[in-house]
Amino acid sequence: MSSNLRWRKFVSSFMLTMTGVCAVVAVAVLFFILGYLVYHGGTSINWSFFTKLPAPVGETGGGMANAIVGSGKLLLLAALIGVPIGFLGAIYLAEFSGSSVAFVVRYSADLLNGVPSIVIGIFAYSLAVLPFKHFSTLAGGLALGLMMIPITLRSTEEFLRAVPRALREGAMALGASKWKTIATVIVPAAYRGILTAVLLAFARVAGETAPLLFTAFGNRFWSPGWNQPTASLPVMIFTYAIAPYEDWHRQAWAAGLVLLGLILIINILARAILARGVAVPRS
Amino acid sequence: MITFLFAASVVLVTILLVYELWIGSTLPRHKFGLHFFVTSVWDPIFDQFGALPFIYGTLVTAGVSLILAVPLGIGAAIFLAELAPARVSDILEFFIDLLAAVPSVIYGLLGVFIVIPLMREYIQPGLKKSLGFLPLFQGPAYGVGFLTAGVVLAIMVIPYIISVSREVLLSVPRDQREAALALGATRWESTWKVVVPFARTGIMGSIFLALARALGETMAVTMVIGNTPTISASLFSPGYSIAAVIANEFTEATGDLYLQSLIELGLVLFLLTFILNGLARLLIVITSQRGSEMGQA
Repeated sequence: MSSNLRWRKFVSSFMLTMTGVCAVVAVAVLFFILGYLVYHGGTSINWSFFTKLPAPVGETGGGMANAIVGSGKLLLLAALIGVPIGFLGAIYLAEFSGSSVAFVVRYSADLLNGVPSIVIGIFAYSLAVLPFKHFSTLAGGLALGLMMIPITLRSTEEFLRAVPRALREGAMALGASKWKTIATVIVPAAYRGILTAVLLAFARVAGETAPLLFTAFGNRFWSPGWNQPTASLPVMIFTYAIAPYEDWHRQAWAAGLVLLGLILIINILARAILARGVAVPRS
Repeated sequence: MITFLFAASVVLVTILLVYELWIGSTLPRHKFGLHFFVTSVWDPIFDQFGALPFIYGTLVTAGVSLILAVPLGIGAAIFLAELAPARVSDILEFFIDLLAAVPSVIYGLLGVFIVIPLMREYIQPGLKKSLGFLPLFQGPAYGVGFLTAGVVLAIMVIPYIISVSREVLLSVPRDQREAALALGATRWESTWKVVVPFARTGIMGSIFLALARALGETMAVTMVIGNTPTISASLFSPGYSIAAVIANEFTEATGDLYLQSLIELGLVLFLLTFILNGLARLLIVITSQRGSEMGQA
C-alpha cells in the first residue's frame, strides 16, 4: 500500500463526505425556514388575523381577512383560466397532434413557463389593466392563470403519455370513438397524475407576488365583486415586511406561516396522490 | 377540434406576450435606441432613462448567487445521485422539491429579518477584516446590497441545480462507473473524472436554468438589494435590479416614456431568460440522449 494510494483514498472519502455536507446544508435550509416561520408566525398568529380587516396605519391589531379572501378569489380565477386551457391543450398534444404542431405548442409553453413572473405581470397589465384604466381582481387572476397554463399543460401531457398503448387500443378495438376512448379510458387512467399536475401548478401560483403588484394591486378593505383592486396574502407579506411598523412585521410573519403552510400542504398532498400508485399497471 | 383551439391559444398567448412587450416599449426604443443600455441616468423628471445600473445589478447579483450555489448544488447532487441509497436519495429529493416550492416572497421575508442583520453585524465586517484589501469588500456595511441579494438568490436557486443535476447524473450509464472502478479508480475518482464529465453538458444546463431564474427573480431581490441605482465595485453597496425596479416603480410611473422604459426593461429581462432557458434545455436534452444511446449500445 503506497502512500499515493492512501492519499487517493483519503481524498476520495474526504470529497464524498463534503458532498454529503452539501446535501445536508441544502436540506437544512428547508427546516430552518420552516422552524423560523413556525416560531415567529406561530407566536403572532391569532384569531383576529383570520377575521379582521387590516387596522388603520399606526394602530396595532387587525388582521388580513380581506387578503385571505382576495387570494382565494384570485386563485379561483387563475384555476378557471389555467386548468381548462392546460388540460385540453395537453389532451391535444398527447392524443391528436402531429409532431410539428406539437413542437410549436410545447416550445411556446416552455417559453411561457420560463418568463419571469414580473414580465407576466406587465403582460397582464397591458391586457387587463390599461384598457379599463384600473386595477382589478380579474387582472390579477388573469396574470396567475397565464402562469398556470404552461405548468398544467406540460405535466398533464406527460401523465397522459404514460397511459399504456394497450389501453387505447383495447378501447378502440371495442369500437369506442377517439373521444370516447379519451373521456372514458385515458383520462380516468391518468387522473391521479393530472390531479397532481393541477395541484402543483396551483401551489406554484399561490405564492406568486410579482405579477399581482400591478394587476390586483392591493387594498386595505374588502374588495366587492371582481372589478376592483384586491388584497392578497403574498402582496400583504411584501408590503408588511418592508414597512417600518413592528406590528406589521408580526403580521407579515403570521401571513408567511399561513401561506407557506398552505403551499407545502398542497405539495405534499399532490405527491401523496401520485405515490398512492399509478392506477394502471404498466404494460 | 376544441382541444386544438386550446393548444393553439398557448401559442397565441406567447406571441401576444412578445408583441405587447415590443409595442409597449416603442417610445424609449425610438428615443434612446441602444443608449438605453449604456447610460446610467434614471431621471423621471427630466425624462432621461438609462438602464445600465439595473442591468449591472441584475448581472452582479445573479453572478454572486451562482458562485455560491453551483459548488454546493453540484456537491449535493453528486451525493444524492452517487452515494446515498435510493431511499435516502428520494426522501432528500422530496425535501429539495419542497424547498423549490417555497414562494419567493417568503425568501424575501427571511432575507429582510434574518439575512440582512446577519450580514450587517457579522458577515460583512468579517469579510472586510479578512478580505478588505479587495475592492469587492470595501465600503460601509449596510446589510442590504448586492452581496445580500446574491446570498438570498443562491439559497433560492440551489434546489433547481440539485434536482436537474441529480437527474442528469442518474442518467449516466452504469457501465461508465463500473469501468472506472474496475480500472482501480477510487469512488471519488470515478465520480469526478468519469461520471461528472459525462454529465457535464447537462449540469451546465442546470446552471443556466438557475441563472435564468436568478435573473428574473423579483420579490426576494427587491426586498434585500437596497433599491438604489448605483454601479459600484463593492458588493456591500446597495444596488438595484431590472426586476426590482419594475416591481417598485411600475405603479408609480407617470408619463408614457417612464412606463414604456420600464416595459422595455421587461423586454430585456424576457430576452435574457428566453436565451438562457433555450440553451439550458438544449444542453439537458443532449446529455440525457447521450446517456440513453450509450445505455442501449
